[in-house]
Amino acid sequence: MTATPLLEVRGINKSFGPVQVLRDVDFAIYPGEVTALVGDNGAGKSTLVKCIGGIHPIDSGEYHFEGTPVSVHSPRDASGLGVEIVYQDLALCDNLDIVQNMFLGRERRNGLVLDEVTMEQLATETLAGLSVRTVKSVRQLVASLSGGQRQTVAIAKAVLWNSKVVILDEPTAALGVAQTAQVLELVRRLADTGHAVVLISHNMNDVFAVSDRIAALYLGRMAAQVKASDVTYAQIVELITAGRSGDLGLTPAVADITNGAQS
Amino acid sequence: MTVVTSAAQPPVEAGEERASLPAYARNYVARVRGGDIGALPAVLGLIVLCVGFGIAKPVFFSAINFANLFTQGAQVTAIAMGLIFVLLLGEIDLSAGFASGVCAAVLAVLVTNQHQPWYVAVLAALVTGAVIGTLIGLLVAKVGIPSFVVTLAGFLAFQGLLLVLVKNGTNIAVTDPVIKAIDFDGLVPPVVGWVLLVVAVVGFAGVQLMRRRKRAARGLAAEPLSVIALRVGALAVIAGAAVYVLNLERSRNAIVNSVRGVPLVVLILGVIAVALTFVLSRTAYGRHIYAVGGNREAARRAGINVDRIRISVFVIGSTMAAIGGVIAASRANSVDPNTGGSTVLLYAVGAAVIGGTSLFGGKGRVLDAVLGGALMAVIENGMGLMGVSSGIKYLFTGGVLLIAAGVDALSRRRAAATGLR
Repeated sequence: MTATPLLEVRGINKSFGPVQVLRDVDFAIYPGEVTALVGDNGAGKSTLVKCIGGIHPIDSGEYHFEGTPVSVHSPRDASGLGVEIVYQDLALCDNLDIVQNMFLGRERRNGLVLDEVTMEQLATETLAGLSVRTVKSVRQLVASLSGGQRQTVAIAKAVLWNSKVVILDEPTAALGVAQTAQVLELVRRLADTGHAVVLISHNMNDVFAVSDRIAALYLGRMAAQVKASDVTYAQIVELITAGRSGDLGLTPAVADITNGAQS
Repeated sequence: MTVVTSAAQPPVEAGEERASLPAYARNYVARVRGGDIGALPAVLGLIVLCVGFGIAKPVFFSAINFANLFTQGAQVTAIAMGLIFVLLLGEIDLSAGFASGVCAAVLAVLVTNQHQPWYVAVLAALVTGAVIGTLIGLLVAKVGIPSFVVTLAGFLAFQGLLLVLVKNGTNIAVTDPVIKAIDFDGLVPPVVGWVLLVVAVVGFAGVQLMRRRKRAARGLAAEPLSVIALRVGALAVIAGAAVYVLNLERSRNAIVNSVRGVPLVVLILGVIAVALTFVLSRTAYGRHIYAVGGNREAARRAGINVDRIRISVFVIGSTMAAIGGVIAASRANSVDPNTGGSTVLLYAVGAAVIGGTSLFGGKGRVLDAVLGGALMAVIENGMGLMGVSSGIKYLFTGGVLLIAAGVDALSRRRAAATGLR
């Protein structure tokens, strides 16, 4: 367990017109750990992630990467730092195979010609590094893959680029039991190989199964960021629904203000 | 859960699975049964129609008629090859026919009325095609008008432009010997034809073997030699037979005027087809075309400049239409208001679809245009020999197109069920 976060944002504010979606949000991600980001619908999970990924510019706040302040204005800046986001709609091309999808937009070339051999080899190695055993051939069309396999390919695509931070937006939302287990296993392995992983999920079972830390957003505020081993299932649910649980979370006054501001 | 392997020990698994020719054949049959039929309907259709016409009219198989097939189908095939790029994005270009007419008219006006040399005229025709494509592409990608509407407007406007260029219906003769050679009387000398065939077959075999060696050297699954040998052998036999027949004497009066050799247009289209296939399957640009056609949003997120890809395919489409126009002008020795009109565009779209290219984007090859174009030429030619009326010919062509589209739709449904494609 490392003491310094790999990526940390402090006091982030973000408004869309009159609606303030994020208020003074602090969020830290550590290498080798899975940090679950939970919160009810509209709590600001996706907005926070998009701010980190450079898709939404932040109104105010600090962005630190490996301890140094950085400015992230575009997705390109974020991926330059090694931050990759795997979105819920996986953004894979059905008509291309696994290798072609993994290298889409960043193809290896020999002069003018695509270097298929190197790409296939790297893709195979990346999948092997994640101990993925569920795909028969890396030359299969993505159209022929199951939901879990697609998720696997999308995640492998994100780690192919020496990424340090991998953010997964609801990776298990549309999957069956066995496939969910498979993807969670992959998420765990990502962290074990040194990546800082953020897992957005509504499923508390998934969250407790793989997370080291849990960050709960409540109506645009960070209610609490705690170690998973220190809290119970019920406490997290309370943090999500009320913003506080016992001495955890927002102080009653802040929670009320937040509530008032939103309703 | 799904079947295990690959990642951990891919060479072994993949090697076992693909090592032998029978395994390869089984794999192919399984793919076809699963709905991934590729160009199979076009190939079967070609064989059936050729045999049918050959039995009904033995003259169908004569050397002179065989040569006619190529020269007749050239314009449609050229336009279809360009259309493949447009169709790969799920777009359509209805203006390609008259765009080729306009380019042919530009050629004719320059070479006949302005007495320019042939290369200036041909270059101007190609540039005209590229400009038309850029215009269509900008309207589709930047302004956001659906390509169907833009090119429908183009279809009407270019028809008008063609009339203006040929001064309301006069017929501009094209007598330049070089342009006439393209698709009228240009022949590759028999010896050169054989040499080019050998070069093509050896080159094809070399590329295949080199790819195999490179993959094997890196420990990746490589195709068995027998499969490569079969493929190279098939090319050698089919192309060899074609060259042999085309090198036979076709003239009724051989002493006065010997007509032997592969029509020049076959060589031109062959080179273009190889070049375009290379672009589509071996370059990043080609890969990006498939990606944009398969999932535009995914392509955008991968950092691909989607607008540029969309504009570029219309440029390629219209430039190929211009080449089709040059071929038409050469074949007819003239340009009139109907050059590139009537059924040319619809035959070109039909050729692409019959060849196996999807109208929904993401699926298609340059070879589809060649096969489909050949099928169209065979129908046109065979029906002509049978002496049937235009009405029957159109009915028959329509039926073939419908069958091809039906087979495609059914196979796609099957593919969706088996999870292939």
